[in-house]
Amino acid sequence: MKVKYFAWVRERVGKAEETLEPPASVRTVEDLIRWLSGRGEAYAYAFETPRVIRAAIDHAHVRPDATIAGAREIAFFPPMTGG
Amino acid sequence: MTVPITIRIQEADFDIAREIALLTDGRTDIGAVVSFSGICRGSEDGDPIAALTLEHYPGMAETEIKRHAEVAVSRWALNGLTIIHRFGRIEPGQNIVLVLTASHHRQAAFEAAEFLMDYLKTSAPFWKRTESGKGANWVEARSHDDAAAARWAKT
Repeated sequence: MKVKYFAWVRERVGKAEETLEPPASVRTVEDLIRWLSGRGEAYAYAFETPRVIRAAIDHAHVRPDATIAGAREIAFFPPMTGG
Repeated sequence: MTVPITIRIQEADFDIAREIALLTDGRTDIGAVVSFSGICRGSEDGDPIAALTLEHYPGMAETEIKRHAEVAVSRWALNGLTIIHRFGRIEPGQNIVLVLTASHHRQAAFEAAEFLMDYLKTSAPFWKRTESGKGANWVEARSHDDAAAARWAKT
């Protein structure tokens, strides 16, 4: 799946997007955040406060317990500040 | 009749008068147009800023705004709707966002414009970063914006 990062999450991870194949045990958005956090210091820093991280699957907002099965694109970002 | 909805995510500025004309030209069913413009302030939390840079999530920004536009059209008797959101570098005094709502009577247009702005603030995937003498800083989300959006939730 394609994983995208925006705003300070993107800056902390150090890249805007990447293609990842998490193991089958990673079932939900919060599992994915936990798995990403273990991929190195940059990820651990980006996801150090999981409750402030927002996620979207295939362009729709989702909650941390949403399943990632079948997702083509998952995005992580801070709370939005547009408008 | 299908209500015309125009949504644009663009780097370029917009002309409010032209957008209102595009919405109303040739129409005699519109009795009210409400226009909301969001403009870049010269300060953020009391500190002067040189500019804002808006980052967005292409694709999702359009989808998310369209979703709320469709909710607005289903909830209020609107005759037309235009939403333009800019991205990129925007200096103090320049436009950031435009919401135009057209209706037969004013109340629907006023309420729908406020609903759309409250949801744009909390759900549209845009992020503001300020440029100032102190460097670049991401603007933090405000809890009163969440509260403003929550009051539209149907009970």
